[in-house]
Amino acid sequence: MSFRAGPRKGENFELSQDLNSEYRDKRKDAIKRVIASMTVGKDVSGLFPDVLKNMQTDDLEQKKLVYLYLMNYAKTQPELVILAVNTFVKDSDDPNPLVRALSIRTMGMLRAEKIIDYLCDPLQKCLRDENPYVRKTAALCVAKLYDLKPELVIENGFLEQLQEMIADSNPMVVANTVAALSDIHTAVTSNPGYNPEDPAIFVVTTNILNKLLIALNECSEWGRVAILAALARYKTDDEKEREHICERVVPQFQHVNGSVVLAAVKVVMIHMRGVHREDLQKQFIRKMAPPLVTLLSSPPEVQWVALRNVNLLLQKRSDLLQNEMRVFFCKYNDPLYVKIEKLDIMVRLAHENNVDALLSELKEYASEVDVDFVRKSIKAIGQAAIKIDSAAERCVNVLLDLIATRVSYVVQEAMVVMKDIFRRYPATYEGIIPTLCANLDELDEPEAKAALIWIIGEYASRIDNADELLSMFVDTFTEESYPVQLQTLTAVVKLFLKKPDVSQALVQRILNTATKDCDSPDVRDRAYIYWRLLSSDPAAAKAVVLAHRPPISLARTTVSPALLEELLGEVGSLASMYHKPEETFIGRGRVGADSVQRKGLDADDKLATQRALQTVAHGQQSENLLDFDDVPDAGVSQPFGLAATTAIPQTPAAASLIAGTSTNPLDDLVSIFGNTGNAMAPTQSQNSLGGLAFGNGVGSPVSAVPQSGFGSGVGSPVSQKPQDDLLGLF
Amino acid sequence: MISAFFIFNQKGEVLISRLYRPDVKRSIADVFRIQVISNSDVRSPIITLGSTSFFHVRINNLYIVAVTKCNANAALVFEYCYRFIAIAKSYFGKVDEESVKNNFVLIYELTDEIIDFGYPQNSEIDTLKTYITVTDVVRSEAPEESSKITTQATGVTSWRRQDVKYKKNEAFVDVVETVNLSMSAKGTVLRADVDGHILMRAYLSGTPECKFGLNDKLVIDKNDMTGASDAVELDDCRFHQCVKLNEFDASRTISFVPPDGEFELMKYRSTSNVKLPLRIIATVNEIGTTRVSYDIVIKANFSNKLSATNIILRIPTPLNTTSVDCKVAAGKAKYVPGENVVVWKLPRLQGGQEHTFSGLASLTSTTVRQVWTRPPIDVDFQVLMFTASGLIVRFLKVFEKSNYSSIKWVRYLTKASGSYQIRY
Repeated sequence: MSFRAGPRKGENFELSQDLNSEYRDKRKDAIKRVIASMTVGKDVSGLFPDVLKNMQTDDLEQKKLVYLYLMNYAKTQPELVILAVNTFVKDSDDPNPLVRALSIRTMGMLRAEKIIDYLCDPLQKCLRDENPYVRKTAALCVAKLYDLKPELVIENGFLEQLQEMIADSNPMVVANTVAALSDIHTAVTSNPGYNPEDPAIFVVTTNILNKLLIALNECSEWGRVAILAALARYKTDDEKEREHICERVVPQFQHVNGSVVLAAVKVVMIHMRGVHREDLQKQFIRKMAPPLVTLLSSPPEVQWVALRNVNLLLQKRSDLLQNEMRVFFCKYNDPLYVKIEKLDIMVRLAHENNVDALLSELKEYASEVDVDFVRKSIKAIGQAAIKIDSAAERCVNVLLDLIATRVSYVVQEAMVVMKDIFRRYPATYEGIIPTLCANLDELDEPEAKAALIWIIGEYASRIDNADELLSMFVDTFTEESYPVQLQTLTAVVKLFLKKPDVSQALVQRILNTATKDCDSPDVRDRAYIYWRLLSSDPAAAKAVVLAHRPPISLARTTVSPALLEELLGEVGSLASMYHKPEETFIGRGRVGADSVQRKGLDADDKLATQRALQTVAHGQQSENLLDFDDVPDAGVSQPFGLAATTAIPQTPAAASLIAGTSTNPLDDLVSIFGNTGNAMAPTQSQNSLGGLAFGNGVGSPVSAVPQSGFGSGVGSPVSQKPQDDLLGLF
Repeated sequence: MISAFFIFNQKGEVLISRLYRPDVKRSIADVFRIQVISNSDVRSPIITLGSTSFFHVRINNLYIVAVTKCNANAALVFEYCYRFIAIAKSYFGKVDEESVKNNFVLIYELTDEIIDFGYPQNSEIDTLKTYITVTDVVRSEAPEESSKITTQATGVTSWRRQDVKYKKNEAFVDVVETVNLSMSAKGTVLRADVDGHILMRAYLSGTPECKFGLNDKLVIDKNDMTGASDAVELDDCRFHQCVKLNEFDASRTISFVPPDGEFELMKYRSTSNVKLPLRIIATVNEIGTTRVSYDIVIKANFSNKLSATNIILRIPTPLNTTSVDCKVAAGKAKYVPGENVVVWKLPRLQGGQEHTFSGLASLTSTTVRQVWTRPPIDVDFQVLMFTASGLIVRFLKVFEKSNYSSIKWVRYLTKASGSYQIRY
């Protein structure tokens, strides 16, 4: 019976009686029941002394169960754990290596202050055990101890001992030693008080390198991953050495375990940077392709990891997987996350010769059930059109076929995509505008409406009834969402500039409504600008509103070059899954000032700093990041010179841009256009704005309009500057 | 690395919970239950909340969950989850709620052994079985025995015991190919490839060195310039860890010391010259809005000495189907309303034979006319002694100190399940 005055009935009471039973079977059974209760979350910590009594046993299974219990509750019962120490220490001297390993493994997990001091001696002994199984367990135990009390590890010289163990004759011991050292190294470097000047805990030297390369071929699959991770950290300037590492690692591509393959890819990608021989580079890339494709026949989750990484690898080496587009065709029963990733890769691999196969495939997907997937497929058609000039017409035809289906979301998505195609190939496909306009009534999503209105405004001079169409939107102006309002406003002004005679009344009406009845400062401000422009200098208005727009192109990379390099060094990890640096989701989801600065140094100009600032925004977001499909596309805008995404978040509109709520490059474009359908020539607007908008004392936030307006026209991110200028005016 | 490992059932109850690192608490399980299990909107297998990431794999209404707090190796975590499932299957057959509940002590023992401080350790099933046993038989606790086990578990050939002895030395090789096909409505092949697995059951004494030869084009072309045209081009091969990858990389020879018993020697992939064993010609017409007619021909495209067995065609019907009138000359066809398919089962199809299915589906009239997405027809089958890639085992040589003679058996099987899809 328990000494403590516990409850005299109930489950725990019965358990406690059984734990003290004189029959072995009954006791063991009771322990099992205790563990079962523990699993479902019942508090059985009260049984600690009773369970402890069963620790001394020859039955290994029972011993393991008791240990499992101890690991759970040692923290809550620190005074009682001391009673267990004796058995542990005795077990660590047991003739049976399994028992020795078990005791040292469990002791490391107990996390009770009082017991730690007793751990050092047995650990010392086990690190030198003649049995490799015990040694490999002891190696990891050092990492556990470091996590609890680093001083003890240093005092006892365990670190030096681990360093020596890298030369162990047994590959598994080597692997675990490497894992332990890396673990300690990460713990030290991620500590806020870490000084980069301090001597590093684990540096992979040439000497170690050779030992690792030998152990690599002999150890277990998981051990290989640990060793490959260490190889990735090796730094050298010697090109021959780098070649040698790559050559030794390449055979691992053939391993059955996907994580070994990806870890090997990582090492090769890192060390290939220092290899300048073109033929060797090509050879490595060629050997890398088939194993990556093979990963596509793994379970969906592993496939997904592979696909995300293939996506990254393709951004760096577009020659990888050149002729393999077909293997990325979606299967009907693939999970959605796999399908969407495949779509993205298919577009990346598209070129003139395979675009027909791609289009017929995409058209097939557009008739599937999942709305998200259908939309993404239609977007992919648009991306193909923008990417491959010669295929644009075929893409347009496919889109027209899709519009003909009259399925609401298909039509709307196709409309948005059409607008991008018009942006890319201005004045090429005007013939289809009537077809698009015929679907006006079907549209109910703001994005699609805005797209169609943009098209009408842009081609107002060719559409006979443009004024009628637009007046329909003007009638319902105040009920529409803001992007639609902005777009309508701009389209009407465009129409007026092109056909002044028919739309005088319309433009008057919309400017009136927009300035008086509209609650959005963005819309009001834009209306004021137009009004002033039109009334003071129609020629300037033309230059601003009908300014020439640079054609858009498809971003080859979705992340900045510096970040891409960083991510390629992280192949297979979570960072590579999110296409985001580690700091954004580890360590309270915030980026320290230091790391921002570090990133700023990586790239040559302000861009990188701004991206880092964005990353901060994302980091804060990721605090609650449930839906990480929202991978931000920091780099998307850069190639287009649309600076809107690099603007400093001050207004809600800009903030939502920064948040970058989509994975698709075109998405961002669309949202940018939503705000900046009228790209203004920067110099002009800057002057006229200063004079007009503020001279008249518009009582609205200063930065709202200029931000989006300027950025898009300027072509390089200087959004900071115009704001300063404007502020100077006050 | 892996900070915690959980198994949940459908309702979100914790069946197994094991913490490996001190950076997470047991209560993290509640977060997963709330954010993932009771959230129907989750579509991704990795969820990151703050700096905690949850990796989950679903199997038979169970969630196998690994939790990490760092920039973990995602590939490794998922590979581990699947390895755990494989180990569990091999220990107690099916992995479902009942079997997990019944075997929880064993599972705890396994999870304790295969991960230490978040780093996966030995996960070789055969080795694990030598010291973690299912039965309650009193285990041999003799230290010498354990010594042997531990040496094996960490040794260079961690997958093989030293003292294996058989009266009759035999090795069975099974070549199993899964055909992936997607064929367009026009009858053109969009994608056809083969995922091959070579399974081996080795009952060989001592420490045998095996050499294994296939009609691999790269090897044959090199050795034999006369141009044997039946060589197969393998796009990629992946091997069990017993295979010496260096030797394969250097000379494409497959040599290894096999584990004792059953294991998967290699996986391969082939995309060129795939022979499609079954040809399906489907004509599906929507007649007005109330009927759909089907005319489906299946033809066996291989030598008439062989035969395909267990053929199951899943022919999709529109969602608003009320009944389907099926006519078949062979096998059985039945409309399954729950899955919106007609299932046509043919127990056997001799090479060269063909059969026809004709059917007429009646639809209810609906107010909203929704376009039928026409999902592909799916065919499952098995053909013995046939490889779609044309792969043949040329030799399997066994070298052992005692120089015994051994008997080798080879079987071939081509199959499809859920991957042979025909659009119409």
